[in-house]
Amino acid sequence: MAGELQFEKPLNELRQKIDELKRFGQERGIDFADEIARLELRYKSMEDELYDELSPAQKMHLARHQQRPTSLDLIQHIFTDFIELHGDRLFADDLAIVGGLAKLNGVPVTVIGHQRGKDTKDNIARFFGSPHPEGFRKALRLMQQANKFNRPIITLIDTKGAYPGNTAEERGQSEAIARNLREMAIFGVPIVCVVIGEGGSGGALALGVGNRVLMLENAIYSVISPNGAASILWKDASKADQAAEAMKITAKDLLEFGIIEEIVPEPQGGAHRDVVAQAESLKDAIWRHIQELTVMTPEQLTLDRYEKFRKIGTFSTLEDPAETADLQAPQSVNG
Amino acid sequence: MFKDLFHKKKYATIPSKNTKRDIPEGLMNKCPKCGTIQFSKELEKNLKVCPSCGHHFRMSAWERIQLIVDDGQLEEFDARMVSEDPLEFPGYAAKLEQQKKNSGLLDGVITGQGAIGGFPVILAVMSFDFFSGSMGSVVGEKITRAIETAMDRDLPLLIFSTSGGARMQESILSLMQMAKTSAALAKFQSAGGLYISVLTDPTMGGVSASFAMLGDYNLAEPAALVGFAGRIVIEQTIRQKLPDNFQTAEFNMQHGQIDKVVHRKELKQMLTKLLDMHTVREDAVHGG
Ligand SMILES: [Zn+2]
Repeated sequence: MAGELQFEKPLNELRQKIDELKRFGQERGIDFADEIARLELRYKSMEDELYDELSPAQKMHLARHQQRPTSLDLIQHIFTDFIELHGDRLFADDLAIVGGLAKLNGVPVTVIGHQRGKDTKDNIARFFGSPHPEGFRKALRLMQQANKFNRPIITLIDTKGAYPGNTAEERGQSEAIARNLREMAIFGVPIVCVVIGEGGSGGALALGVGNRVLMLENAIYSVISPNGAASILWKDASKADQAAEAMKITAKDLLEFGIIEEIVPEPQGGAHRDVVAQAESLKDAIWRHIQELTVMTPEQLTLDRYEKFRKIGTFSTLEDPAETADLQAPQSVNG
Repeated sequence: MFKDLFHKKKYATIPSKNTKRDIPEGLMNKCPKCGTIQFSKELEKNLKVCPSCGHHFRMSAWERIQLIVDDGQLEEFDARMVSEDPLEFPGYAAKLEQQKKNSGLLDGVITGQGAIGGFPVILAVMSFDFFSGSMGSVVGEKITRAIETAMDRDLPLLIFSTSGGARMQESILSLMQMAKTSAALAKFQSAGGLYISVLTDPTMGGVSASFAMLGDYNLAEPAALVGFAGRIVIEQTIRQKLPDNFQTAEFNMQHGQIDKVVHRKELKQMLTKLLDMHTVREDAVHGG
């Protein structure tokens, strides 16, 4: 079956068995209705059991599913009158990020998203959704435009991370990401960000400084891809599933950490099973947050966003000076 | 002259690859760039710059403070802030303890107020010897508080960066420190605050892609590695050999990413000059 994931195999095998039985019954004119009904019941309970309690690694595989809706797929269903705008006005048009003007329930907005390719050729043109600096700078340009014309900003996050390449480094990958983080912090318009697939590292965060950050149910968001973490921690990239468990990358984890405001449910089996229904529920969620934010003044919006990120982090302070007595700084290191 | 000194000892004749275990720990240093062996004390007197080739050795936070801050005097902030293990990440708690023991630090950055050439400043100085200078919640929080203090006290901000990047063991919380520190800088800088960023070897990943690249002035020490993705990751992705000077301070200056490469011996003087440029003197404003 196309796009089958390893953990879905038993389910698909049962589906095949049911289909075969139906065909066999038709060909031979035998009535297997009771048997088929029994198998369908079993299928349903197996399906519920499988998708109700997906592990972080299973969610990671769904988030990376080749048929998962991309930013352009969702934009097409959520917005009307989308006008794509190109280029950073400095160097090039990076196709790993798309963006432009659109209407959301009749209201003009700016929408920007990472864009994975639909096939190999498209993926090569779009660098598999991993932006160069010019991609981040295009996004910044469109956001500045939105800020100027007082339009809400909606970003869709779906990238393994910023492109790791010499050309990206030469053109200032770090600076491009850093600048987006700083500038997004002080825009006076509502910003709603949604992690729709994989949110990987600084390349994801560069579109992620919003008043509200939402995640689709099976989306993941982490500081480094689980594959990268596994190769650093255990010198073994194939232990990505294990790293996915340890790194707390699911929407549920991030809601508990207070990083995101809402989990948008997915159709059973993942967003790709029903793109239209997914777009519909995501549209409702985005619209609700935009409406809540639109009543705020520019100053309130900036402050709201600042406070959201300001409080993130866990640390403690040692009370007893004796605990650090053996860790005092040397008085002089040159002496 | 150091070579003459060593000639009488056996070290100078040992092939450079095998010298490590023959050098008495802590007493001698071998330059990783040119192979010259020297007394640690001599090297420290030379500001940890190789007298033969000019290689800048890494400095810990307190060494840096001794070098840059007037009389090495720092009013330290948040001196007892420590990391937690919010994800209960396998091995993190033990690794934190080990890092504290090895470095003598509680986490990867020291912050406080001091003076440079007589100008009061707020400082944040990172230390690579604690967890490769990685940014977790403590580094992010201390730097954010330092920025906020600079704003409250109306003082210039100086950050000395050195970091391997984000602290994986704090996953998403670590990533969000990039947004937190950058947001604090947005406030500070848009209110007119002066921020000088000094990038030291190495400044990579999440630190490079947040506060380190956002200085009003970005300075770097010679040959310091500054970049987002590491050389190995890039070579695996593009399957091409990268130039020797890839991601060095000089490479970054050539590509327009930093303002100036400053030798360690001239760093304090350069910082003092920059601070002076931003100081309006009563006797000078009515000049004409
Ligand atoms: Zn040397």
